[in-house]
Amino acid sequence: MALLEVTGLGISFGGLRAVDDFNVIIKQGQLYGLIGPNGAGKTTIFNLLTGVYKPTNGKIILDGENITGKKTVDISKAGIARTFQNIRLFTDLTVLDNVKAGLHNEYKYSTLTGIFRLPGYFSNEKAMNEKAMEILKVFDLDNEASLKASNLPYGKQRKLEIARALATNPKLLLLDEPAAGMNPNETAELMETIRFVRDKFNMTILLIEHDMKLVSGICEKLTVLNFGQVLAQGETSEVLKDPKVITAYLGE
Amino acid sequence: MAKKIFNKDTSTFFIVIIAYLAVELLLKTGNLSSLMTGLLVPLCVYVILAISLNITVGILGELSLGHAGFMCVGAFSGAFFSRLVGDSIAFGGLRFFLAILIGALTAAVFGVIIGIPVLRLKGDYLAIVTLAFGEIIKNIMNVLYVGKDVNGIHISFKDTTSLGLDPDTADVIIKGAQGITGTPKDSNFTIGVILVIITLIVTLNLIHSRTGRAIMAIRDNRIAAESIGINITKYKLLAFTISAAFAGVAGVLYAHNLASLTALPKNFGYNMSIMILVFVVLGGMGNIRGSVIAAVVLTLLPELLRGLNEYRMLIYSLVLIAVMLLSWSPAAKTFRERYLGFLTKNRKKEVS
Repeated sequence: MALLEVTGLGISFGGLRAVDDFNVIIKQGQLYGLIGPNGAGKTTIFNLLTGVYKPTNGKIILDGENITGKKTVDISKAGIARTFQNIRLFTDLTVLDNVKAGLHNEYKYSTLTGIFRLPGYFSNEKAMNEKAMEILKVFDLDNEASLKASNLPYGKQRKLEIARALATNPKLLLLDEPAAGMNPNETAELMETIRFVRDKFNMTILLIEHDMKLVSGICEKLTVLNFGQVLAQGETSEVLKDPKVITAYLGE
Repeated sequence: MAKKIFNKDTSTFFIVIIAYLAVELLLKTGNLSSLMTGLLVPLCVYVILAISLNITVGILGELSLGHAGFMCVGAFSGAFFSRLVGDSIAFGGLRFFLAILIGALTAAVFGVIIGIPVLRLKGDYLAIVTLAFGEIIKNIMNVLYVGKDVNGIHISFKDTTSLGLDPDTADVIIKGAQGITGTPKDSNFTIGVILVIITLIVTLNLIHSRTGRAIMAIRDNRIAAESIGINITKYKLLAFTISAAFAGVAGVLYAHNLASLTALPKNFGYNMSIMILVFVVLGGMGNIRGSVIAAVVLTLLPELLRGLNEYRMLIYSLVLIAVMLLSWSPAAKTFRERYLGFLTKNRKKEVS
């Protein structure tokens, strides 16, 4: 069964049709790529999927649940987590606390329990610490757990953002240009991490990326977007050979 | 992860307790001037105010310019309660405890009323609205008349006579611009310090809890916080309300230290709000220990400089500028790290 089913998704900003008739079906455990030139509407689709924008038309079904037009917070609870094109970490919190913030809805105790340190506080905090460290270990960030997030090097900040998104225990993970600004070594390492995350957590991942090496290396299926419309869709190897895609995006 | 007993938080408690013991010792041996003795409770008031404003400014990251307004609400509601029950609660401690609860609750209610519409907006709206709120509250208190008689409580915004009190049993509690007189003097330095410690415990525990993390996540990045399922409005409102409630507590403490409580620009006006903000900014936003120290130093400084007469405020402002430069400029930071590293060792170890 499809984990994510998007049909006829579209949004207009005034007269501008930013995304038009976008359809996609992503299966559980798939690594799906979304590519296209700048301004094609890729990030807009992420914003539509996560409720930052309300779609003008279309339908988004996540794991059988209609999440069209829901609020960001509810969509997060429904199971979509994301990272951002320009890194958005909680800069003044520690690396550990960034991930623990991601666990916000998984380990719950009331404000009063927190303020007066009632028994629930200690057990929950302990569980949160263990879970957060476990996630940090996956991303090889466990040694930096008590550093301030803003003090991490760029590549690790990108990883921390993925770690935080994973902490919300999502069904679908959206990665917005995870390799942006990374050198070839870091990109190669990131590809390993993404694959590892998919295998370990049986995660479904939709990613936006310009680095074709990463895209062709790990994505099983692709959708190419141009001027808000789907240009091509299908198996990665076939899509990348499509002459329309080559002229619009890849170049001769 | 650092699980040290002597970290930044516990050191704050140590500082407060040691300062308390030192002052008590001076009091017992009679080495404290009457001027200083009179300053002790206000000192606790300012410390609580600084900590509570730091919740809004430093932890939540919103600017509030009307913190004195919440203090005013707390002061009047707490003092009103104490005057109303008067000697029917003979034990001063219990009466004061209830007054504190009522003051905190009233201020919290105002916090919610202000917060619900304003915290939904982005930007500097909160600063503007709280600024107006502070001024409005102060002016309302100046025309508010409340009295009680056998028939119950009467409220008027005109004058005492329009309250229509029964002449035999009349007792005007809030007399407009004259405020509340005859509030029982239930507060003292020890109670003030206890309240400071309670404020510290609640604030620091809040910061290290799930709620505190959510609030700071919103401060650091609203959009990201929303994307991981944190309810922005709820936590903003919560932080703002807690902050207002503690300002209310400070107000109650303040009111029970005075024979007559009036809403003057001096104590509940714009200047007061700015002064609290100066404590917070100078102590470091989000730095609770810094707020405590800044509030104490900046309250004592003008008094210690009293001997210098008209040069007093000049030196005060120079000290403000100097502290600002010395504590936050990059050059001073490098200097401190290089030569005074041993002082901040604890903090460093916590990180590594």
